[in-house]
Amino acid sequence: MGPSGDTIPANREHEFGEIPGSATGRGIAPITALGGRAPVNLDLSGHKSRGMQERIVGVLLWICGALSLLTTAGIIFVLFQQAFVFFQQIPITDFLFGTTWTALFKTPLYGVLPLVSGTLMITLIAMLVAIPLGLMSAIYLSEYAPNRAREILKPALELLAGIPTIVYGFFAVTFIRPDILVKIFPGIGPFSALSAGVAVGILTIPLVASLSEDSMRAVPRALREGGYALGATKLEVSWQIVVPAAISGIIASFILAMSRAVGETMIVALAAGSKAQLTGNPLEPMQTMTGFIVQAFSGDMVVGTPPYLSLFAVGLLLFFITLALNLISQKVVGRFREAYE
Amino acid sequence: MNSAIEQVGTPNAAADVDVIVSIRDLNVFYGKFHAVGNVSFDVPKNQITALIGPSGCGKSTVLRCINRMNDLIPEARVEGRIEYHETDINSSNVDPVEVRRHVGMVFQKPNPFPKSIYENISWGAQINGHKGNYDELVERCLRQAALWDEVKDKLQESGLALSGGQQQRLCIARTLAINPDVILMDEPCSALDPISTLRIEDLMRELERQYTIVIVTHNMQQAARVSDQTVFFSLGENRMGVLVEASQTRQLFTNPNDQRTEDYITGRFG
Repeated sequence: MGPSGDTIPANREHEFGEIPGSATGRGIAPITALGGRAPVNLDLSGHKSRGMQERIVGVLLWICGALSLLTTAGIIFVLFQQAFVFFQQIPITDFLFGTTWTALFKTPLYGVLPLVSGTLMITLIAMLVAIPLGLMSAIYLSEYAPNRAREILKPALELLAGIPTIVYGFFAVTFIRPDILVKIFPGIGPFSALSAGVAVGILTIPLVASLSEDSMRAVPRALREGGYALGATKLEVSWQIVVPAAISGIIASFILAMSRAVGETMIVALAAGSKAQLTGNPLEPMQTMTGFIVQAFSGDMVVGTPPYLSLFAVGLLLFFITLALNLISQKVVGRFREAYE
Repeated sequence: MNSAIEQVGTPNAAADVDVIVSIRDLNVFYGKFHAVGNVSFDVPKNQITALIGPSGCGKSTVLRCINRMNDLIPEARVEGRIEYHETDINSSNVDPVEVRRHVGMVFQKPNPFPKSIYENISWGAQINGHKGNYDELVERCLRQAALWDEVKDKLQESGLALSGGQQQRLCIARTLAINPDVILMDEPCSALDPISTLRIEDLMRELERQYTIVIVTHNMQQAARVSDQTVFFSLGENRMGVLVEASQTRQLFTNPNDQRTEDYITGRFG
């Protein structure tokens, strides 16, 4: 510090007028009030090694950041490269618009639509489960739950997200189908889009609930009070003030859940069956893009053959779908976000 | 008349005016903290009552009791009688939602909903089951709040796009739309610039003809400018808010009964 540490109260004396009893303070004032007179031993050059340290830390951190970027780039590169070889053998239009997928059969056909429709069907069912239940849980946690209940429920909900998805897979096969779905839809087979979709939906409830709740809790208390002051009930405030005010985060949570459902693998591999068929009936078995990749990898395959290469084409398509969903979610957040101070 | 009131010198006993809200022995606790102790005063109809006093003396807390807003704070406990048209709003068979439909509130910081200007006003009327023409209602409320000319061409724009002073007038307009009897204002100008403040004050004097207004302010000039009656609060023992004096504004500012009031208004304290 040195003597300059004492200058602050002395310099501010003109603002306060004379401070009674600060005689010693005033004693210093004449010296420091001149300003600019440097203490004799002032050295501001710092330790010599400090600049070097900072530079090394900066480089290390840059490498860590670059590594994750490089990995992503590497994955995309491999997908593109192998898919490119695949599309030299199978025309891309046959792949995108073909309606039969028999990649692992003796007479293979590579029309990806059955896999896409299976993926979309299961995602749709999952969202029909996750959006209402997740949003209701979020409203309960954010608006209705006493602090005590929230402290227990929120971590419990997030624990649900930590259960390995393969457990959800056999939960679907051994409980959801035989104990629930069969009683409602007697015609349902052992493997179906419906039982897989319900399990994926349960898997994504915590995602929707947790992110929506965060965004609802961020709505200023003043808005709720404004609603209550007009004679609104709790339901009216929750549903008509808080939810619309938090809509950007809520929609983003829906889209992220959708993206999670599209990419979900183990549940569908176990519960949806492995029959790639183009059908609108959710009680039928279906195969998703991810389900196919699992099935193909668990059998024998010759590297470089079209069935092997088709994995990369499917993987690339999956990558584009989830990328698009994530981009949409970012757009939505940016577009609907209201600026509160 | 309750004797406690005569002690603090409520003007209403003498001047023959209708009392719309009558507060008796109000005590408020936040958990174990006794925030407000034994407050009693009357709010005369079609007048402006100002609540003044140093920070933390409980004036906002008292204000929020009049429309049961403190119900929203889990640890708050309110004791005592608050009679609105001779009904105790704290009694168990009173629904706070119903109270708030008669006693509106404007807050310290403008808090328009993230909806259009039009919806900001129509929403409250809608949840209250308004049956009439909404376009007329929106126009009438905006005119009453002296905001119509500034926003009539952009009713579908977001209420958040307005300036601070306009937002506060929008919040007043939105309160008028539910057609309340009493309007509570909790430091409505503290976040506004002087010009917007004067506009709101003009507006309050305009509204006084149809509504009863209770305003919390820590701006003594404001209380002196707009109010008919002033209630002065101060800090008692253990930082408990107590009512010191309730009088006609002119009397309280020129010839206060209590030394503490005089100290406060002459700037020796607070």
